Amino acid sequence: MISRKSLALALFGLMLASGTALAQSNEIRIGVALEPPALDPTAGAAEAIDVVVYQNIFEGLVRIDQSGAVQPGLADSWSISEDGLTYRFVLHEGITFHDGTSFDAEDVKFTFDRLLAEDSVNAQKALYAPISAVSVIDPATVEFTLSRPDGLFLFNLGRGDAVIVAPESADSNGTEPIGTGPFAFVQWDRGSRVVLEQYGPYWGDLPALTKATYLFISDTATMTNALLAGDVDGTNNFAPEALAVFEGNPQFKVLVGSTEGETILSTNNRKAPFDDLRVRQAMAHALDRQEIIDGATYGYGVPIGTHFAPHHPYYLDLVGTYPHDLEKAKALLAEAGYPDGFSATLKLPPVAYARLSGQIIASQFAEVGIKLELINAEWAQWLEDVFANKDFDLTIISHVEPFDIGIYANPDYYFGYDNADVQALNETLNATTDEAERQALAQEIQTVIAVDAVNGYLFELAQTGVWNAKLDGMWQNAPVEGVVLRDIHWVE
Amino acid sequence: MTWGAIRQHPSLYIGLIAAAAFALLGLISLWWTPYPIEQIAIARRFHGPMAEHWLGTDHLGRDMLSLVMSGTLTSFVVAALGVLIGVGLGVPMGLAAVAWGGALEWLVLRLSDLTFAFPAIVVAILIAALAGPGETNAIIAIGVFNIPVFARVARGGALAVATQDFVAAARLAGLGNWAIAVRHLLPNIMSLLIVQGTIQLSLGILAEAGLSYIGLGTQPPATSLGLMLRDAQSLFLIHPWLSVVPGLTIVFVVIALNIAGDGLRDAMDPRLRREGLAHGAG
Repeated sequence: MISRKSLALALFGLMLASGTALAQSNEIRIGVALEPPALDPTAGAAEAIDVVVYQNIFEGLVRIDQSGAVQPGLADSWSISEDGLTYRFVLHEGITFHDGTSFDAEDVKFTFDRLLAEDSVNAQKALYAPISAVSVIDPATVEFTLSRPDGLFLFNLGRGDAVIVAPESADSNGTEPIGTGPFAFVQWDRGSRVVLEQYGPYWGDLPALTKATYLFISDTATMTNALLAGDVDGTNNFAPEALAVFEGNPQFKVLVGSTEGETILSTNNRKAPFDDLRVRQAMAHALDRQEIIDGATYGYGVPIGTHFAPHHPYYLDLVGTYPHDLEKAKALLAEAGYPDGFSATLKLPPVAYARLSGQIIASQFAEVGIKLELINAEWAQWLEDVFANKDFDLTIISHVEPFDIGIYANPDYYFGYDNADVQALNETLNATTDEAERQALAQEIQTVIAVDAVNGYLFELAQTGVWNAKLDGMWQNAPVEGVVLRDIHWVE
Repeated sequence: MTWGAIRQHPSLYIGLIAAAAFALLGLISLWWTPYPIEQIAIARRFHGPMAEHWLGTDHLGRDMLSLVMSGTLTSFVVAALGVLIGVGLGVPMGLAAVAWGGALEWLVLRLSDLTFAFPAIVVAILIAALAGPGETNAIIAIGVFNIPVFARVARGGALAVATQDFVAAARLAGLGNWAIAVRHLLPNIMSLLIVQGTIQLSLGILAEAGLSYIGLGTQPPATSLGLMLRDAQSLFLIHPWLSVVPGLTIVFVVIALNIAGDGLRDAMDPRLRREGLAHGAG
């Protein structure tokens, strides 16, 4: 009798379970490793912010699509003056923010005035420095005046840092983001999840999903179990060491794509012995890239020989500039006055690719006599020591900003590379709009910094997503930071 | 204690030999390991046990036997120094409490209660937050949680001794509190302390493994058994062997020390067996 009763209960339970499964067919639960510190993409550098809000809650005048191309966003169309100094945008009409206030040219002006203000905390403020004025022509037309031509201006407008915010809600976007996107913010349970819901009055095509929940799971083993148990429907970037669990499992699809993350052995060019070109060349010769890629990314990284994304049309393959050659490395060290090598520190931020690469590089450098002391730092400490105070010898970090070769033209940047030629080239590049010329300039800079061995160029980070096999529409590549929900849908 | 006594207690025999074997294995790693532990060779990673690598290789192609040897040493050293801190501070506190009594005893007991209230992990997190993670901080954390354990054992043992006639005689002979504590109380609770020390050593090894596992203890490129477990954690479903080796090593070391502790207790003072020794803390 009892057993029959429990059987009935179990059946009831099963029915309930399948019932919820059906109800969830328009909902998604995404596991992400890092929780954002706040939810305002215009006031923070963390990629984790964009992962949740970019193109979901907030939109810019234009948007970047999956291929990295610029598409119309809140602006339907735009025209550029002959001299490349004036951009006029025609805005889509009838758009409302999630709090019901309307969107017009005044909001655009407000957004950029706020971004460029003295007290602005925008992480990429420098990208928008060429903007000298934003003027409202009429409620549906806005004009940008630049102080110099900027070949990347449209792309930069499509980034998470330049999404349009409303004056009514801008100050509270960090905790309660209000944008114009297809998803509206519902709640944020700190330490656990953020819930978004489809915004009915959205101006564009409504997405297939009605609800999206981001769950913050930093531990790989926990994420693995959550995926296997079906507690999350997918993750945009899964630790490559455990990908083998999902490869070949028909219930999951593994999406391996590219990112904008050039992972480099950053070298403090201000400091001896790294101010000596021969020492940097010796280090470049001592690196065995393939071993680092196999060991730290389980083969999912793409080797790079300079600071540029391999999938970009301007990319120049310079991987062979300093091939792995221990004898040459030793000879160069001897020539530079370090026949027995030297000791240095390697500060490592708390990310798996850096910690693993660090151990491997320490072992590789030991073979030519360079003794590395590994210092594991937490994010706050790393940012302060390395990025702010420039107090480091070597570090390993992935530069995830798209088209960021301009950092080599900034002698105050943390790795301290000061080369007047590169600075002049970069200035010309910024002011050039012709594609072929831009390509030639960008490639010249790539060559100079590769030959100068400014940093150790290791690999381009891959994006390794793991998703439920019945999900479709996820971005395979990450041309810009974010997990765009727009096209994601369930298929049977 | 004679060899005869040791032979009468086979558990002591087995436990001491096993624990000594592990300690020796760790000590040897100071001078020699089959392969240098910092030598990384990705090409030979994830090998199971084989002729060249008796325990296989890990995710960086390092020899697991070498790692286990070196890791065992780290675990023993951290745990032993933690116990030393506990003995060095806890025992004088306990003895002083008995010898002086009164307000001092009250203070020692309340201090013990206070430290007991903070588990080692919480102490370790506190220290790591202030000074950053590392071996030294793991030693301090383990030491801190050992202090009240030894304070209580020392006080408990000394209380029983303090009522004996020879202590009263010593007092009549004009010995001060401190002299009584050192010359009469301490020698009589030595066996208690040795037994408790062995047990605390095994708890210390567990604590070190736990702290390294959550990232607060030993940092790479040094290694410890807990750190090996941490490295293996995300690979568990694909390469379970990497977790099994350090995991079983921890189990064997702790069992060996516990057996040795039990055996020591029986061999040194049969009375304790009846009274039971329940001062351990984890």
